[in-house]
Amino acid sequence: MELKDKLLSSFMVFEDRVHDQSKDLNDIRNAAIKTFEQKGFPTKKDEDWKYTSLNALLKHDYSISPQQETAVEFKDVKKFFIHDIDTYKIVFIDGKYSSFLSETTHDGIDVCLMSSALNKPKYKIIIDSYYNKAAKSDHSLTSLNTAFASEGAYIHIPKNKVVEKPIQIVHFSTGNEASLLLQPRNLIVVDENSHVQIIERHQSLTSNVVLTNSVTEIFANKRAIVDYYKIQNDNQQASLIDNTYISQKQSSHASVHTFSFGGKLIRNNLQFFQKGEHIDSTMKGITIIGNKQHVDHNTLVHHIEPNCESHQDYKGIFADRSTGVFNGKVVVEKEAQKTNAFQANNNILVDDKATINTKPQLEIFADDVKCSHGCTIGQLDKDALFYLRSRGIPTKEAKALLTYAFANNVLESVKINSIKTRINKLIAQKLGVNLGFDL
Amino acid sequence: MLHVKNLHASVEDKAILKGINLEVKAGEVHAIMGPNGSGKSTLSSVIAGKEEYEVTDGEIFLNGENIEELSAEERAHEGVFLSFQYPVEIPGVSVTNFVKTAINETRKAKGEDEMPASAMLKKIREKAELLEIDRKFLSRSLNEGFSGGEKKRNEIFQMAMLEPKLAILDETDSGLDIDALRIVANGVNKLRSEDNAVIVITHYQRLLEYIVPDFVHVLHNGKIVKSGTKELALELEEKGYDWIKQEATV
Ligand SMILES: Nc1ncnc2c1ncn2[C@@H]1O[C@H](COP(=O)(O)OP(=O)(O)O)[C@@H](O)[C@H]1O
Ligand SMILES: [Mg+2]
Repeated sequence: MELKDKLLSSFMVFEDRVHDQSKDLNDIRNAAIKTFEQKGFPTKKDEDWKYTSLNALLKHDYSISPQQETAVEFKDVKKFFIHDIDTYKIVFIDGKYSSFLSETTHDGIDVCLMSSALNKPKYKIIIDSYYNKAAKSDHSLTSLNTAFASEGAYIHIPKNKVVEKPIQIVHFSTGNEASLLLQPRNLIVVDENSHVQIIERHQSLTSNVVLTNSVTEIFANKRAIVDYYKIQNDNQQASLIDNTYISQKQSSHASVHTFSFGGKLIRNNLQFFQKGEHIDSTMKGITIIGNKQHVDHNTLVHHIEPNCESHQDYKGIFADRSTGVFNGKVVVEKEAQKTNAFQANNNILVDDKATINTKPQLEIFADDVKCSHGCTIGQLDKDALFYLRSRGIPTKEAKALLTYAFANNVLESVKINSIKTRINKLIAQKLGVNLGFDL
Repeated sequence: MLHVKNLHASVEDKAILKGINLEVKAGEVHAIMGPNGSGKSTLSSVIAGKEEYEVTDGEIFLNGENIEELSAEERAHEGVFLSFQYPVEIPGVSVTNFVKTAINETRKAKGEDEMPASAMLKKIREKAELLEIDRKFLSRSLNEGFSGGEKKRNEIFQMAMLEPKLAILDETDSGLDIDALRIVANGVNKLRSEDNAVIVITHYQRLLEYIVPDFVHVLHNGKIVKSGTKELALELEEKGYDWIKQEATV
């Protein structure tokens, strides 16, 4: 059976099983599955999917709701956490919450589970006001997630709170089932003047096939600051479609840093909506891949109101036969005067067989705006390489240093030092070097 | 130490070096002068192992060994050091970390252990003092935002750390004020011994007052057209290169 048909028939069974308390939620699910039924999986005929094919991924016979629970020992997975600082943790194994690995809280803030939030009356107000309000309802993969959404992270920070500890959301998969489809659903609501830092990671612990279709909605209310870090360094059998929607109110700052170093196929759909003045939206990324890996960044910033800014800076380093896509869309509405939108996408192709398709899309309807965009595709600078080698640094290490120097400025805006250190280590690991110091 | 025999080199089929002969013995200082575009930087790059340049004829011997097959890093491990006319910027990598990497990679290549951290620190402090380099400077990203003079001083700092056998200084004096010039020259002179050699590429007599050469060569159109002692440098300063060019064409 085709995956689409399998999903459609599973939905009925699923619906009976979840017993949503709210009728609203039922309506949302039903509308979503209809959208998915109509649209199906995106194909290369869709303009937005021209360079990313899901065909190979959709051939597997995925288990949609794994029944078996797998135990995971902390010592075996410690390395996948940022563990040198104190953090809250919301951890899932094969889509199921692991209380053992997690550290949640209800003390002044809610850092807990989507399953509780969707079903317990005390969260109803927030769910009614925010759930599925930022996610694009006409987007087929997001709709597929919405139809089946039952678990994920739920974070609500009431107003005037600076959350001192970062929050880690970690999805492990063991794939006890031969191939696994995971659809986590996260909701993050940050109220006025509050500040939160979140780290998200998807990690497969075996070599079984896993496909994750994740949806995250983030709401940054007035003057809120939200910093989000995505660490994508999964193994060769794991693929990720990440759909993240960020809705911002007046004077809020939201940033998303995406570090893509591993996985078979990664598609990041990242969309910012500016619903107020003096908003700042930042999205940055470092992609370093090789083999036949594929990473596709599809971003949108929707400037709706005046006096806002957006900053995009994506660096890509592609080796072997890896392929990259950057499709960055900036829409500036007529009302959005004095917008300042900056976009840069710089790439290095390490090998002849690697490719990158980069396409900025600017749709500007206002006349008093500052928009700049630039994309470059190049190679490591030969003169620079010779400089390093002439100092006795072997070619491989010299290339690593130059690659690092190329990507480095993306790390400047990372506010958590432990993340910087970790990313530097991952870069060194990815480039296969030990330079005797932490990059 | 270095023996260059009938060296011809070209880039993209354009001949740049057209039969260079040069012998530099341990303990000696040689100056190479010559008009812009005569091939001075190319000669340095070819000796240091830049692959972009194709050696079409001739040989380079280092301590009696033909180095044709050695990569740039291997030549560095053998003790060749080039102070660049245009040093490269490496954002995110500090001067200290860069120098540590260069030293330890060289030691690794020779089968030696890494230099102990305390010894490394001591050496860095010593050499920074010699070149009057501020401690804060060492934690900055390599060459990023450095002034021309700072870049050159940093090149000589790296040279002092690496203690090469053959140092080639390509226009290290350009961009230096008189104080910096003295400091840099002092750094170079400290390195000089019976066991190593220095090639100084410069346009100006000024540097040669501090680093006194045993021999001066004039490079013109890819060839050494005149060699002499330090007095030749003075003569060039006075008369310019035109008379040499004329002599060469006669
Ligand atoms: N990589 C290169 N590609 C093309 N031409 C080059 C290259 N390097 C040097 N040249 C040419 O070779 C000649 C000598 O250059 P160079 O060695 O830099 O001279 P100098 O250092 O004496 O000023 C010049 O005409 C220069 O344009
Ligand atoms: Mg030159």
